Amino acid sequence: MEKPRSEVVLYGTWASAYCTRVQLALKLKGIAYEYVEEDLTNKSESLLHYNPVHKKVPVLVHKGKPIAESLVILEYIDDCWNNSPNLLPLDPYQRAKVRFWANFYDQKIIPSSYAVVLSKGKEQENAIKEFNELLTVLEEGIEKDFSTKFPFNGEREALGFLDIVVGAHACNYRALEEAVAVVVEPKEHPAFLSWVTKLKEYPLMKETLPPHDKLAARMRERFSLAPKRNIATL
Amino acid sequence: MGEVKLLGSWGSPFSRRVEMALKHKGVEYEFIDEDLANKSPLLLQYNPVHKKVPVLLHNGKPIAESVVILEYIDETWKTNPIFPKHPYEKAMARFWAKFIDEKCNPAIWQIIWSRDKERDKAIEEAIVHLKTLENELKDKKFFGGETIGVVDIVANLIGFWLGVMQEATGIELVTKERFPILSNWIDEYVSCSVIKENLPPREKLLEAFKSRLNAPAWKY
Repeated sequence: MEKPRSEVVLYGTWASAYCTRVQLALKLKGIAYEYVEEDLTNKSESLLHYNPVHKKVPVLVHKGKPIAESLVILEYIDDCWNNSPNLLPLDPYQRAKVRFWANFYDQKIIPSSYAVVLSKGKEQENAIKEFNELLTVLEEGIEKDFSTKFPFNGEREALGFLDIVVGAHACNYRALEEAVAVVVEPKEHPAFLSWVTKLKEYPLMKETLPPHDKLAARMRERFSLAPKRNIATL
Repeated sequence: MGEVKLLGSWGSPFSRRVEMALKHKGVEYEFIDEDLANKSPLLLQYNPVHKKVPVLLHNGKPIAESVVILEYIDETWKTNPIFPKHPYEKAMARFWAKFIDEKCNPAIWQIIWSRDKERDKAIEEAIVHLKTLENELKDKKFFGGETIGVVDIVANLIGFWLGVMQEATGIELVTKERFPILSNWIDEYVSCSVIKENLPPREKLLEAFKSRLNAPAWKY
């Protein structure tokens, strides 16, 4: 097919939060990897070969074996390279709580944010309201479930699983505000915004997140002009 | 290893997944059957976010979401592991469990609750997803290999509930002709002791589906 790749290869796109998650995890663990930028309007043969089921990014290929789905990849990275820092806590009950909230973020928060960007007028107002309600559930839940206050990774020096899962997506909120609408009501969610702000300042996050202006331009192009877009090409 | 309680529901595949895992590992537990039309204060207290079953209580500490619970169970009780040991195989198990929950099962539910054109479309989609899943089985007896693993447990809706749903609706989705390998797996699955002893009574489930098909949509 093509020249043999490095031991660890990540197929991704620069704007995808799911891909940012994987980059954060790899960098945190000090894992050397090769990054391949995909054009989702013209998917490479490699991508289709390595993720025939979903045909999406991110896909991590380790010694030629592919893993897809960002949360699955993150757990794989933690299992396979079990050096410090651990992405997930070691205690089973703490792990369960982290997994619960990671799932909540992906199954509730992210789809709700899509509902906001893909709607207009009254529909969008309602979508924003619902999004903020879900954010309250997230905030209250995390404060209740984890002993440290926001940012809850405060006791550790390294990012944790939820910092990565949430941060890779949430840290881009300003780009979304510029391009589409203000989604997070600051008065309603000071804890969440404080967490996200601290995450944005984290050097590893700063260097891994997509550049603000480029992302805002991309979001403007995708969301504010066209009525509805196929999410799969994001 | 501490007190174990399970808030569940007799007919819920999600709830049964947890029971399968606990029984497979020989973990004693107290089962609390929830009436989902009239949820108990206990359920609302222990799963305020989703207000759903199953919720596992281990020494009073609640864990919700069936696959999260399965991971917890495997990490806490080491007998008869349900997840593979090797990180890559483990990742594959997680991938397929997610695929079943995010693609296969919603398509199947959509068939049951929709009609006409929407139902035809749902059937088409379910066939595609189940074919993908069937390919993953290849020549293995179970998704977990020689013995059942987490993917088999998570596939319980396909393994048992689907047959009941097909009878209730008259829809033939999984047949031996269309899905030879998956049909084989279903036969093995329901014969397997730890599975068959943890299924809801078939007649009761059939009646429940029939009555709900004539009523507004069932919410867990």
